[in-house]
Amino acid sequence: MHPFSISRADDPVKAIAAHARDGELAFIAGGTDLLGLMKDRAALPERLLDINGLPGMARIEPRADGGVRIGALARMSDVAVHPQVRQRFPVIAEGLLFAASGQLRNMASMGGNIMQRTRCAYFRDEDGVPCNKRRPGSGCSALQGINRNHAIFGWSEACVATHPSDVAVALAALDANVIVRGMSGERSIPFAQFHRLPGDEPQRDNILRRGDLIVAIDVPARLEGRASHYLKVRDRQSYEFALVSAAAALALDGRRIGSARLAMGGVAHRPWRLGAAEAALRGMSLDDADSLRAAVAQSFADAKPLAHNAFKIELAQRVALRALQVAGARA
Amino acid sequence: MDDPKKPTRRAFLQLAGRSAAAGIAIGAAPTVAEARSPASPGTDRRATRVAVNLIVNGERRALLVEPRTTLLDALREELALTGTKKGCDRGECGACTVHVEGRRIVSCMALAVMQDGKRVTTIEGVQRDGQLHALQSAFIEHDGFQCGFCTSGQIMSGVAMIEEAKAGWPSAATSDVVRRFTLADLGSAEIRERMSGNLCRCACYPNIVDAVAQAAKRS
Repeated sequence: MHPFSISRADDPVKAIAAHARDGELAFIAGGTDLLGLMKDRAALPERLLDINGLPGMARIEPRADGGVRIGALARMSDVAVHPQVRQRFPVIAEGLLFAASGQLRNMASMGGNIMQRTRCAYFRDEDGVPCNKRRPGSGCSALQGINRNHAIFGWSEACVATHPSDVAVALAALDANVIVRGMSGERSIPFAQFHRLPGDEPQRDNILRRGDLIVAIDVPARLEGRASHYLKVRDRQSYEFALVSAAAALALDGRRIGSARLAMGGVAHRPWRLGAAEAALRGMSLDDADSLRAAVAQSFADAKPLAHNAFKIELAQRVALRALQVAGARA
Repeated sequence: MDDPKKPTRRAFLQLAGRSAAAGIAIGAAPTVAEARSPASPGTDRRATRVAVNLIVNGERRALLVEPRTTLLDALREELALTGTKKGCDRGECGACTVHVEGRRIVSCMALAVMQDGKRVTTIEGVQRDGQLHALQSAFIEHDGFQCGFCTSGQIMSGVAMIEEAKAGWPSAATSDVVRRFTLADLGSAEIRERMSGNLCRCACYPNIVDAVAQAAKRS
């Protein structure tokens, strides 16, 4: 790694001010993504600010109303095994347990998880291949290159990368809020607005600005929380990023779907919500697989495959359908 | 019998490593005294060594490391605890697994300076009073290794993983994450999933799974 200096933050106000005025400073929590980026020279901060000592930010707080507030410094393991998280939102626990390895889950923070950068091999490459995310304006090697793992929704000529997080897909389905403290105080960002599509600025993964610190992820109480499931399909059975994944959550009236929440991973630059499918699923019977399949298909009319990933369009619909059925069995 | 006058491979490499490090120290790195004083203008503060205190295998160890030194490099290069191995150096292979505050982590993706004051356990610290840990014995009994390079990481991972299972942690192989997990649920599918962060190029996986299962049963 390149040489850098490091200091420890004990006061969020000072940490935020330091980040706002110093463009060469990066916050570090678990470090499992940042240190990898630094080893691959995809991030070269001059200064690191260790935020692990900031008070109260590792707490997991189940609320009386059925929601849960997850501190940004809570580790993936602690959230995944928390009894109330598992009972209220199985989709969150599964999203975490299907990610990374036991060691990495013990290290990685929740705030860092949703800040992860893409695993696109061209972005991670050390040899200076064109990548607009890494070197804006240099071009996208994946667009005409090997793009089996890349996006089928929402991509641009500038970038076809996907977001790697699993739990972010669950949080998107549940319409969680990202609680951010910045120079002008605290704000709550709806999860759907947190990550960006690449457009012509793929170097920007999300809407955060300098001086923004994620303090928590707030998951409101949801009728659909309990009957929920995260299904991930990948090239290996364990310890691999998703080819496609689905987070499904259902409120049921007997065997009929009262309301559905459905989001997918591995298909876009951000967790991809299937709004049209959710609307079509309302009122359907869980036992009518043909209708469920047709409802899911409504969200795939605008899918645009690349040279090597057309298989994702069929695979994603099957994964979404299966996730709905397993979630339904949990009611 | 080893010839006492003949240097071992490890001692030779340590000597060579220290000479190389000393060469760098004369050239660029600040001395200990400089490192402790505030940086003067023109000094590259990024390369300044900083003090770290670790409790390694129960012993307090004071170190002076660059901020970029990983816990793995600090253990191997500064403390000569070479049981912990460097495989990929990207958090992917698990060969560098150690415990920090009782939890398994990959030491290649942790900065030494960020572990200040923490308890670190390495493979050198899992035996008790000269007795191998139950999982070490099980690896021997079940022939859980060939070349041995991944073994210390496998064992450190396995020891902590059994504790996680005892504490009721579910995994991606658990059919119902809502239900409480017990050690009785720790079958081979569970062990394979929970140990997936440790790769073995010799593919001793079936024997590793058997060794972990036996140690879990006896724990």
